[in-house]
Amino acid sequence: MKPDISTEVGAIKIERPTMLASGILGISLDVFDRLYKDGAGAVVTKSLSKEPWEGYPNPTVVGVKTGYLNAVGLSNPGAPYFAKMISLNKTVPIIVSLVGSIPEDFVFMIKQFENVKILGYELNLSCPHVEKVGLEVGDDPELVHKIVKSVKSHSQVPVIAKVGLGSSDYLETVRIACESGVDAITAINTVRAMAIDVETTRPILSHKIGGLSGSAIKPIAVRCVYEISSKFDIPVIGCGGVSSWEDAIEFILAGASAVQIGSALVDKWVGVFSEINSGISKYMEKKNFSKIKEIVGIAKKF
Amino acid sequence: MQRNSDVPTIVKIEKIIDETPTVRTLVFSDEVLSNVLPGQFAMVWIPGINELPMSVMISQEKGKAAFTVRKHGIASTELYSLKAGEQIGVRGPYGNSFTIKQGKILLVGGGTGLVPLMRLLTFLKKTDDVTLLIGSKTKNEVFFEKMANQILEYNKHQVIVATEDGSYGKSGLVTQVVENLLSETKFDAVYTCGPEKMMHKVVQLASSKNIHVQASIERMMKCGMGICGSCCFGEVLACRDGTVFDGKYLLTNKEFGLTHRNKAGMLEDY
Ligand SMILES: Cc1cc2nc3c(=O)[nH]c(=O)nc-3n(C[C@H](O)[C@H](O)[C@H](O)COP(=O)(O)OP(=O)(O)OC[C@H]3O[C@@H](n4cnc5c(N)ncnc54)[C@H](O)[C@@H]3O)c2cc1C
Ligand SMILES: Cc1cc2nc3c(=O)[nH]c(=O)nc-3n(C[C@H](O)[C@H](O)[C@H](O)COP(=O)(O)O)c2cc1C
Ligand code: FES
Repeated sequence: MKPDISTEVGAIKIERPTMLASGILGISLDVFDRLYKDGAGAVVTKSLSKEPWEGYPNPTVVGVKTGYLNAVGLSNPGAPYFAKMISLNKTVPIIVSLVGSIPEDFVFMIKQFENVKILGYELNLSCPHVEKVGLEVGDDPELVHKIVKSVKSHSQVPVIAKVGLGSSDYLETVRIACESGVDAITAINTVRAMAIDVETTRPILSHKIGGLSGSAIKPIAVRCVYEISSKFDIPVIGCGGVSSWEDAIEFILAGASAVQIGSALVDKWVGVFSEINSGISKYMEKKNFSKIKEIVGIAKKF
Repeated sequence: MQRNSDVPTIVKIEKIIDETPTVRTLVFSDEVLSNVLPGQFAMVWIPGINELPMSVMISQEKGKAAFTVRKHGIASTELYSLKAGEQIGVRGPYGNSFTIKQGKILLVGGGTGLVPLMRLLTFLKKTDDVTLLIGSKTKNEVFFEKMANQILEYNKHQVIVATEDGSYGKSGLVTQVVENLLSETKFDAVYTCGPEKMMHKVVQLASSKNIHVQASIERMMKCGMGICGSCCFGEVLACRDGTVFDGKYLLTNKEFGLTHRNKAGMLEDY
């Protein structure tokens, strides 16, 4: 029998365990439609703010030897505009990523999506390159508690917290998010990093410091998924450097119920989802697993 | 030469050619970009200012490439104002390229949209019968006319200029000239790059006559490599699925000729 690659992240049920990571290709419903047809189990939107943001000047995304560096500056068309756009969505499982600095921002944004069919929210508590949002929120336990509480009390759908490596212990952020009622955790976001061009002697990104993504951060992300799922009883979505089915399985063995994919699109383009899905399916067949659930976290028994 | 095309490579501007009072060509040495396919572009870093997508222009010297830039906003004006000896960063090449057909070929370019078409000229066969149509607002903004005639020296060819104010060549919009040409001659392929409204009309005209037509699309670009999403154009990404698309597809794209996205990703009308 063909293995079943559908999976559950708490109350979120998806047909395939590979999702599009936030910020990647995430501003148009037509593109979401295409990625879903191409095999993505769900798509996460760009992190949306209350108002439209232009983001930083270029260079905002460049390659480094081991991956990619970005400081896009959370450019996005704003939650009201976006909600209107995706209100036409019939088929695509969409997770809306939100970014803000106070609970009221989040409540305002959730109101925009009240009548829009979405799978859930992902709170970006971990963007490493925009002040007063992202990591600066994630690093403030009090604020995390307030934001999660108010989002949970206004949201009709599950709420995921996306954490990253800030200046405080990320496991503390996870603990508070869990205690405040969050339904799942995505780990991790990009890791604060920088590249300097030796010829011009200048930082390359216009924002100077950005976030590192791609294969370079995969071992770090796997460790975080392993730690979170070992310490807390909460579903985890793995993110960071997934570019093959082996990477995806590694995250699942570490404790992830699904994975998100971003940078791998550069090399593999939109075919990456179906490639990884079929790799996972073949692996399960070979190893006699019939459901993703059977693999989640089994590396922890050693 | 092997390199990670997403990491900026620093090159030095070696020569500057004034094309018109507002357009310049900057020549530099770069083996990789000197060999790109027609239609491909690079992300060009102007250190301390910004990074812009630019079509790769030909240079007649081996191992050299060029950009032809019109001074417009802040970033392009800074690029335009660079002096020989100054440095820029280039990454790429990015994007696909025109599918080259043979026979009677029509190229329709407007403004700096001529850049990829000039490279395309160098890929045509000596047996091709080539018509290049250059559209411009006025006489002193016309450029590449002489160079195109030189490149096509051994071809049966004609280079036609149309100016909107009638100060040089044919008078009026290029699309009017295209309409006339298509009614007189049976072309095997049409290639176009320039303002989207112009390309839209050219694609409609050529498609209505069942001629193979391709256009190179411009959108706001941040990464150039297909992850940031800023260049989305219907369900495709201009930087990665394009920039060159077939007319047949373009006429099904609901944004073509109508809307594009601003820096925040909101749709705006053309
Ligand atoms: C694939 C591609 C190839 C191009 N090739 C050339 C070329 O060969 N020669 C040339 O002169 N110009 C070319 N351009 C246009 C060029 O990238 C700039 O858009 C233009 O120079 C104006 O930039 P600015 O920052 O000076 O203007 P601004 O005043 O900052 O912006 C004016 C307008 O320019 C456009 N623009 C600005 N930044 C970008 C960006 N990052 N990506 C896309 N559009 C932008 C937007 O429509 C914007 O509204 C190309 C664009 C693309 C997408
Ligand atoms: C260009 C770019 C933009 C991103 N924008 C966002 C964003 O808006 N919100 C967010 O939570 N993460 C954002 N990220 C982080 C990714 O979602 C992901 O966590 C990270 O890239 C690691 O995954 P990867 O190695 O598969 O790319 C962005 C990453 C990149 C490369
Ligand atoms: S410019 Fe980033 S996806 Fe095309």
